[in-house]
Amino acid sequence: MAVATGNSFASRFGIHIAVLVFVAIWTIPTLGILVSSLRDKDQIVASGWWNSFASSSQTEAGRLPPASAQTQKDGKFVLEGNIFGDSAKRNISAFGVKAAAPTEYPASTSADLGDGVTLQVNADGSFVMASPKAFEGDRGQRIYYASSAPPKFTTDNYHTVLFSEGIGRSFMNSLTVTIPATVIPILIAAFAAYALAWMRFPGRALLIAVIIGLLVVPLQMSLIPLLKLYNGVGTFFGVPSKTYLGIWLAHTGFGLPFAIYLLRSYIAGLPREIMESARIDGASDFEIFVKIVLPLSFPVLASFAIFQFLWVWNDLLVAMVFLGTAPDQIVLTAKLNALLGSRGGNWEILTTSAFITIIVPLIVFFSLQRYFVRGLLAGSVKGG
Amino acid sequence: MAAQIFSAIFVIIIGVGGCVAYFWGANKLLDMTFPSRGVSGTAAVNNLRRQGLVRPWLFVGPALIILTIYLIYPVIATLWLSFLDRGGTSFVGLANYEWALRDEDLRRSILNNLLWLAVVPASCTFLGLIIAVLTDKIWWGTIAKSLIFLPLAISFVGASVIWKFIYEYRGEGQVQIGLLNAIIQHFGGQPQVWISLPFWNNFFLMIILIWIQTGFAMVILSSALRGIPEETLEAAVIDGANPFQIFWKIMVPQIWGTIAVVWTTITILVLKVFDIVLTMTNGQWNSQVLANLMFDWMFRGGGDFGRGATIAIIIMIAVIPIMVWNIRQANKETGGH
Repeated sequence: MAVATGNSFASRFGIHIAVLVFVAIWTIPTLGILVSSLRDKDQIVASGWWNSFASSSQTEAGRLPPASAQTQKDGKFVLEGNIFGDSAKRNISAFGVKAAAPTEYPASTSADLGDGVTLQVNADGSFVMASPKAFEGDRGQRIYYASSAPPKFTTDNYHTVLFSEGIGRSFMNSLTVTIPATVIPILIAAFAAYALAWMRFPGRALLIAVIIGLLVVPLQMSLIPLLKLYNGVGTFFGVPSKTYLGIWLAHTGFGLPFAIYLLRSYIAGLPREIMESARIDGASDFEIFVKIVLPLSFPVLASFAIFQFLWVWNDLLVAMVFLGTAPDQIVLTAKLNALLGSRGGNWEILTTSAFITIIVPLIVFFSLQRYFVRGLLAGSVKGG
Repeated sequence: MAAQIFSAIFVIIIGVGGCVAYFWGANKLLDMTFPSRGVSGTAAVNNLRRQGLVRPWLFVGPALIILTIYLIYPVIATLWLSFLDRGGTSFVGLANYEWALRDEDLRRSILNNLLWLAVVPASCTFLGLIIAVLTDKIWWGTIAKSLIFLPLAISFVGASVIWKFIYEYRGEGQVQIGLLNAIIQHFGGQPQVWISLPFWNNFFLMIILIWIQTGFAMVILSSALRGIPEETLEAAVIDGANPFQIFWKIMVPQIWGTIAVVWTTITILVLKVFDIVLTMTNGQWNSQVLANLMFDWMFRGGGDFGRGATIAIIIMIAVIPIMVWNIRQANKETGGH
C-alpha cells in the first residue's frame, strides 16, 4: 500500500485531518450521552453537554414566604430569608418580579416595587423585602432570578434509573434472554455444520442451498405464524404464551442459518489429512467431531457466540413480539423504547438508560474485537 | 428475580446437557443397532454402510427440526395467511393485496423504503471505502477504525436515543441542548424540529443507520483492499497514475465482488429497518417504513394478521433476487465440495 501513498506533506496532513473528522463524527454522539448521564439533571437542561465543564446559568422562578413570616423592624414590615432555603447554594446574577423581565435588577441592588416596597436579592440567595405597610395574603411574592452553578457531576442518575425506573430489573431480564439464546444454538449448529461439510448423504447440496436461502429471509416472515403458534400452544396447554422458553427457542431458530453457514465454511476448510488419518485409526464421525473438529473450531465458535450475543442483546422486534411488557419480562431495549415514550423530555433518565443498555455490548465488543472481525469477514466475504 | 436467574442457569444446563446427551446417546444407539466391531466381515461392512446412511441425519436432525418450525413453516404460513382475513380464519383471496395497492400508508412506506434503499447502502459503502483507504495510510489507523467500528455494537434503540439527543429541539432563542440545533443557532440559523420535518426527516433517520453500518462496510472493504496484489499498484505508480486514478481504476475494480457483498448485506438490513423508525417517530410525519407498518398492523386493534402477512410478503419479494444471487454464488464457490 505504501506505493499508493501521496508523499507530499500537505496530502499526508490532509489525510490525518480527514480521518480525525470521521473519528469525531463517529464518537461524539456516544460521548454526548456518556457525559450527560453523569451530569446533574438540572444542568442537563440548562446547558449543552459540551459546556458541562463550564458553569451553567439558568433562569428560575420561586416564591418568597407568605405574609405570616413577616417581622417588624425599624417601623417597617420585613420578610427575610434565603431563596435556596437549605438546598444547594448557587450564584445569583440578577433577579426580577415579572415573568417578562426576569433579570430586571442586578443582584445586591435594591429594587423599588412601588408603594414604598423594596426588595433586595443578594448573590448568595439571601433576600430582604421591606414595606411600610403590613404584608397580606397566603401567597408570597413571585420572583425570578438568573443563577449560575459550578459544573456538577454525579452518579445519581445511575442510581435513579437502576433502582426506581426499572432498568436494573430489565438488565437482568436481558441477561436472562441473551445467555441461553447464545449458548443453545452453538452445539446444534456445530453438529449440523460438520455433517454438511464432511459427511456425504443425499440431499446435502439442497440443504446447504436452503440454509443459504434462509440466511436472508426477513424475520418479518416468521413473526405472525409463530405468534399464532405460540398463542395456540399457550391456550392448548393452559400456559402463558409469552415465556422466556419461547424467546430462547425463537432466537435459536433465527440464529441457526447464520451459525450453520459460518461454522460450515470454517469446518469445511479444516485440513482433510487430519480427518482421514483419524478415520484410518478407527475413529468414528462422532469421535472425529468431538476430539478434533470441536477443539480446532474454537475461534469460529467464539465468533458466532459474540455475534449471537450482540444480536440478541440488541434485539427489539423479537422481544416485543414474544415477551410481555411487565417488569418481570421487559428487556432493556424494550424498556428504553418505553421510556422514550413516557420520559420523552427527561434526558437524565434517557441518556443514563441508553448508556446502561450499550455498555455490555461495548465491553464484549472491545475485549473480543478480534473474533468479531474474523466472524464478520468469514460470514460475508466468502460467498455470502 | 432469583427464580428467574435460577431458571436461566437451569435452562443452559438442560439445553447444553440435553444436546450433549442427544448427540452422544443417538450415536451410541446407532453403533449398537448396527455393530461394526465383533461381527463377521460382510456384516460389518453392511452395518458400516447403514450407519453411514443414518448418522448424517442424526447430526443435522435437531437443526433441521428447529429450522423447519421457526423459518420454513412460517414462510409458507405467512404466504397462506396473506390470503386470509384479519383473524386468519376465512379465505379472502386477493383482498389483502388489493388493499395493499390502494392503501395510502403502505404506498408511503414503500416510497420511504425505496428512499432508504437509494441512500443508505450507497452511503455506507462509499464512506466505508473512503475511511478504509485513508486509515490504511496513517499510523493510528487501527485506533481510528476501532472507534468508527464501535457503533456496530450499539443497538438501534440505543443509537436512536443517542441521535434523538443530537436532534433535540428547543424554541428559538432558548439554550439548545441538542448538538445540531446548537451549531445551527451558533451560526445564526433557525433551530428546527428535525424529526418532524416532512420528507427530510427520513434522512435524519437514515443518518443513524449509516452511522451504525459504515464500520461494517469499512472493516470488510479494508480487508479486501489488503488483498490487492502490490504489483498492480506498483505498476500503476510506475505508469504515472495519480492517487485518484489508482483508487478508481486499480483498487475499486479489484474489490468489486466485496463491494457487491457489502452493498447487498446492507440492502437486506435496510429492507427490515424497524427499531429506528419505531423509536424515533413511530412512522409519524410521513416517515413510515414497511417493517414498522407491519408491526403496527400485527397489533393494531387486536391485530390484522392478513394485512400484516401481506406486508411481510412485500418485504420478502424485495429480498428474493438477493437470495437467488447468493445461492448461485455459493453453488459456484463450493462446487464439488
